[in-house]
Amino acid sequence: MAPQTTIDLLEAKALRLREHIVNDLTGVGKVGHLGGSCSSAEIVATLYFHKMKHDPKNPALPDRDRFLLSKGHAALVQYAALAEAGYFPKEEMKKVKTLGAMLQGHPDMTKTPGVEANTGSLGQGLSIACGMALGLRLDGLASKVYVLIGDGELAEGQIWEAAMAAAYYKIDNLVAIVDRNRLQATGPICERFDTNPVTPKWAAFGWETIEIDGHDIPAILGALDKADQVKGKPTVIIAETVKGKCISFAENNPAFHNGAMTPEQWETAKSDLNKLRR
Amino acid sequence: MATKSQRQAYGEALVELGRENKNIVVLEADLGKSTMSILFQQQFPDRYFEMGIAEANMASTAAGLALTGKTPFINSFAVFATGRCFDQLRQTISIAGLNVNICGSSAGLSDFGDGSTHQSVEDMATMRSIPGMTVLVPVDAIETRKMVRAMASHPGPCYIRINRNDLPFFTAEEGEFTIGKLYPVREGSDVLVFANGVMVSKAVEAAEALAGEGVSVKVVNVSTVKPLDKQAVIDMAKGFKAIVTAEEHSVIGGLGGAIAEALSEVKNIPLAILGIDDRFGTSATNYDELLVHYGLTADAVKAKIKKIIGKE
Repeated sequence: MAPQTTIDLLEAKALRLREHIVNDLTGVGKVGHLGGSCSSAEIVATLYFHKMKHDPKNPALPDRDRFLLSKGHAALVQYAALAEAGYFPKEEMKKVKTLGAMLQGHPDMTKTPGVEANTGSLGQGLSIACGMALGLRLDGLASKVYVLIGDGELAEGQIWEAAMAAAYYKIDNLVAIVDRNRLQATGPICERFDTNPVTPKWAAFGWETIEIDGHDIPAILGALDKADQVKGKPTVIIAETVKGKCISFAENNPAFHNGAMTPEQWETAKSDLNKLRR
Repeated sequence: MATKSQRQAYGEALVELGRENKNIVVLEADLGKSTMSILFQQQFPDRYFEMGIAEANMASTAAGLALTGKTPFINSFAVFATGRCFDQLRQTISIAGLNVNICGSSAGLSDFGDGSTHQSVEDMATMRSIPGMTVLVPVDAIETRKMVRAMASHPGPCYIRINRNDLPFFTAEEGEFTIGKLYPVREGSDVLVFANGVMVSKAVEAAEALAGEGVSVKVVNVSTVKPLDKQAVIDMAKGFKAIVTAEEHSVIGGLGGAIAEALSEVKNIPLAILGIDDRFGTSATNYDELLVHYGLTADAVKAKIKKIIGKE
């Protein structure tokens, strides 16, 4: 069990990420992927502010751990984490998605320090992660590769091509995390195109599977530590989450897959987050 | 004339390169015995990844390997190497400018028996349309070997389109190959032919026949379709009565398109494009039979030249 100070810190960081998303990366009338960004705030915070070896002053540190956002549309949460970690000035967040901005609509490694690959065409992140993990293994590095995948994204066939390859090549320096918020752009996954059952699919493909509440920091920490112990096969963490988590009107609301807030909603969002401050 | 298959040269070149450079990795989608990437596997099994019949995953895995400092070569038939993973080549590899090298083997009609599903008449067009993608079409086995070397050290993605069959040698072992350079293979003064791949030898044959009829034809091997040295094309075109392009590819978007683009704003000169006329391939008992069927012959080049200069 992680010390309470670590848990408190990571909970505060997750809140901080959501505040950046609401205050700096979206705002009134500004379209952004609020839902899928907020659903993964605890996972992203735990990776960047506790689990991963990385150095914002030296983004190319050879033996760093890697994080890939396969669900690239949730770029806002990654931008918030990178800014908070010090990869670039926080002012950059205000310019997201504008002409010439460092922060593009989807992750772009050529423009944003700390972004490891160009993602956003769904279904490709796991394959890239496999390649990175193989490359690191060839070099004898102990680095791990973490890749965050959406549950809607599981409909992409390439995910399962990569799942087979990762098991075949026994890529145990790879951890996939499924952000299972159960909503895709047009509505509930179970009503639109059901990718369930999720966990047995990964198990059948030869992966170690761990199911957790994706908003529970101790559970995330425990799952990541457990993944370190798994040898000879890759690990997937199925994280049950709520899309739009912590923003009352956006929770489980498909409209905020990529929605813009009204002035009233923006005030509500800020107030929702203020209430979580301790 | 001595001949050799480009794919044998390709496999040998990978081995040669792998010996010198530990960062070379090769990925295959179960066609290693056709693409000849299997030669690399025999020498360097640890750096060879059989990715199964899953081209999209192969392409994105190569991106990941490139992001850890490796220089991947991915292989399949040209139609699959470009068509089945266009999105992967575009999104992750090309936007980021990664040094991933794509080998499209059995290109054009050269997989004569397998028919339209396995033949590629549009791979140059699709690859050429991706910003930053280099597109190479070797004329022979020697140039293939030099290209593989150039690809490995060239930043950004490169596509090489190779033929399945034995083709005549056109270049010399001691000569150089530079990406983007135009290579004249025959001098002449009336008509200028830009050709690549199997069509270079057909163009030279046509030029020799026309010499007897008083028409002087220059033939240039455009083995780099992209980046095309537009200024060199413009300069070279000066003084010629007409230009003809010849390629084993659709007339839409290939070499002819590239030359037309280069000349579009600066030169008022007749241009004829010889290639596959917006049709898919088809099965045949041998390669030559197909080249005749699709009008990719020395006679066809000769007829095209005579027509454009009004000597029909």
